[in-house]
Amino acid sequence: MTTSWKPSAEITTLKRRAQYLADVRLFFAERDVWEVETPILSQAAPTAPYLDSFTTDYRPIGTQAKQTYYLQTSPEFSMKRLLAADSGSIYQIARVFRNGEQGRLHSPEFTMLEWYRPELTLPQLMDEVNVLLRQVFNIEPVIRLSYRSVFEFFLKINVFNCTDEVIKHCALERISSLPIDLELDRDGWLELLMSYIIEPRLAAMAMPLFIYDFPASQAQLAKLKKDSSGNQVADRFELYIDGVELANGYNELLDADELRQRFEADNQLRKQQNKAEIPLDENLLAAMKNGLPECSGVALGLDRLIMLALNQTKLSEVNSFSFECA
Amino acid sequence: MASVSTNQFKGGLKFMLDGDPCSILENELVKPGKGQAFNRVKFRNLKTGRVNERTFKSGDSVESADVMEVELEYSYTDGEFWYFMDPETFEQHAADANAIEDCKKWLKEQYVYTVTQWNGSPLLVTAPNFVNLVVTDTDPGLKGDTAGTGGKPATLETGAVVRVPLFMNIGELLRIDTRSGEYVERAKD
Repeated sequence: MTTSWKPSAEITTLKRRAQYLADVRLFFAERDVWEVETPILSQAAPTAPYLDSFTTDYRPIGTQAKQTYYLQTSPEFSMKRLLAADSGSIYQIARVFRNGEQGRLHSPEFTMLEWYRPELTLPQLMDEVNVLLRQVFNIEPVIRLSYRSVFEFFLKINVFNCTDEVIKHCALERISSLPIDLELDRDGWLELLMSYIIEPRLAAMAMPLFIYDFPASQAQLAKLKKDSSGNQVADRFELYIDGVELANGYNELLDADELRQRFEADNQLRKQQNKAEIPLDENLLAAMKNGLPECSGVALGLDRLIMLALNQTKLSEVNSFSFECA
Repeated sequence: MASVSTNQFKGGLKFMLDGDPCSILENELVKPGKGQAFNRVKFRNLKTGRVNERTFKSGDSVESADVMEVELEYSYTDGEFWYFMDPETFEQHAADANAIEDCKKWLKEQYVYTVTQWNGSPLLVTAPNFVNLVVTDTDPGLKGDTAGTGGKPATLETGAVVRVPLFMNIGELLRIDTRSGEYVERAKD
C-alpha cells in the first residue's frame, strides 16, 4: 500500500511550527511592525544570474494571448514599493519559489520571513534578529565577524588583497572533490570555500555567527561602503547557525540608477551563460526614484530556522508535504 | 554516448568519470543563497569498488555509463574466466577474477547471480542473498547438542568456511546468508 499521501513531517512537529508562526507574529506586533501581503505573481523578477524564477502564463479569458508572470523568489521588490509609499516598518511571512533548488536544505518552494526597518541601522537590525532568535526560538546570542576575518581565521587568506589565483589554489588544495580543470570566477571560489570548509567548521564549533562586510562583488541589493581598512565592501550580513545559511540582511541600496546598472550587469552575465534575460522591475525602479527611506532589511529562511530549532536535519521534516510528495 | 545533466543525478545513476563507470550513492545540492550551485556527489567506482567524492557545477553534463544488471546462471570456470549463461538466450558471458572476487566463495553451478555489465562485459558479480550449499568437511557431529552454542567450522562445497552448530555433519545442505557469510538453517532440499 502506498504511503505517499502522508505528510512528510510529524503532526506534532507541524503543531510546533504553527506555534512558532504565532510567536513570530506576536514578536512583530509588539514592535509595531505590521504584516503585509504582496503578490506572488509579478511581471518582473530579480535578475541575479544564479536565481531562477518559476514562470507561468496569464491568459485573459476568451483570448489566445498570454503574458509571462514570474513567481516571487522573495517579496523584496513589492515590499520596497510599500516602503517608498511610506509604509514604515513592515514584515511578511511569504511563500517563495526558486526553480531547480531541491535537496536536504533546499526546496523549490519555501517560507521566507522578511522584514524592513526604516528606523534601524544594520547593526541594530542584527540586534533585533538576535532578540527574535532568543525569544522565539530559544537560540543563544550570535557573535559577529567580518567576512574578511572569517576567511583570515579559517583559511589564512586576505580576501580583499589576494589574487584570484591564490583563492583558486586554496580551494583546490583544501577541497579534494574538485576537478582540477574547474573554471569559476572569484566569487564562485569564495562561495565554494564558504560551503565546503567554513560552514562545516562553524557547525562543528556550534557557533551561531553573523558575517558582515561582504566583498563588493557580492553586494546584491545592499549599499557599498568602505570598511575600517578602507576596502570597498557590501554593507550586508548573513546569519549562520550550525553551519546553515539562514538569513541575508542589507543596508538597502537606495539609488535607482545604481540598481538599474546592477540589474543590467546581471542580465549581461545571464546572456553570456545563455540564460534568459529578465525584464527589469520598472515599478521598483520608479518607486526608488521617488524615494526609498534609509532602511535595513532582512530575509530569513523560516523552514530552516524551525528545522534547527526542532533539532531536525531535513527541510522535509518540518514541511507538511515535501516537494517530492506535493 | 548519451550524456546526463547534474539535474538528473540521483542515487543509483551510472555515469563515466575519468574513464571508469561509477554509480551515484549520494547527491547533495550545494547552493549559497544567490550564488552558483554545485552538486556534491558521493559515488562508487564500479571497477575498483572504491567510494569517492566529486563536485560538479550544477548544469554540467557527464557521460552516462552503459551499465546494466542482468540475472545470469553460473556454468563453470576454466581457471582464468568464470562463465555465466543467459538462461533464455543461452549466451555465455566470461567474467574475470576481479569481477567474481567478492562472490567467488558462493559460486555454485546453476545458481543465478546478478551480473553488472559495462559495455556488455561483466564488471561485477553479486551473489544472491541466500544460497544452499553442502557441507564437504567438518568434525563429526555431536548428537544431543541442539542449542547451537559456540559451533564449529565447516567447509562447504564451494570452499567457503562458515561456523555451524556442533550437530551438523558432512553431506548436509545448509542455507547461508552471503551478505554476512553466516549459517542460517538446515535447507529443505
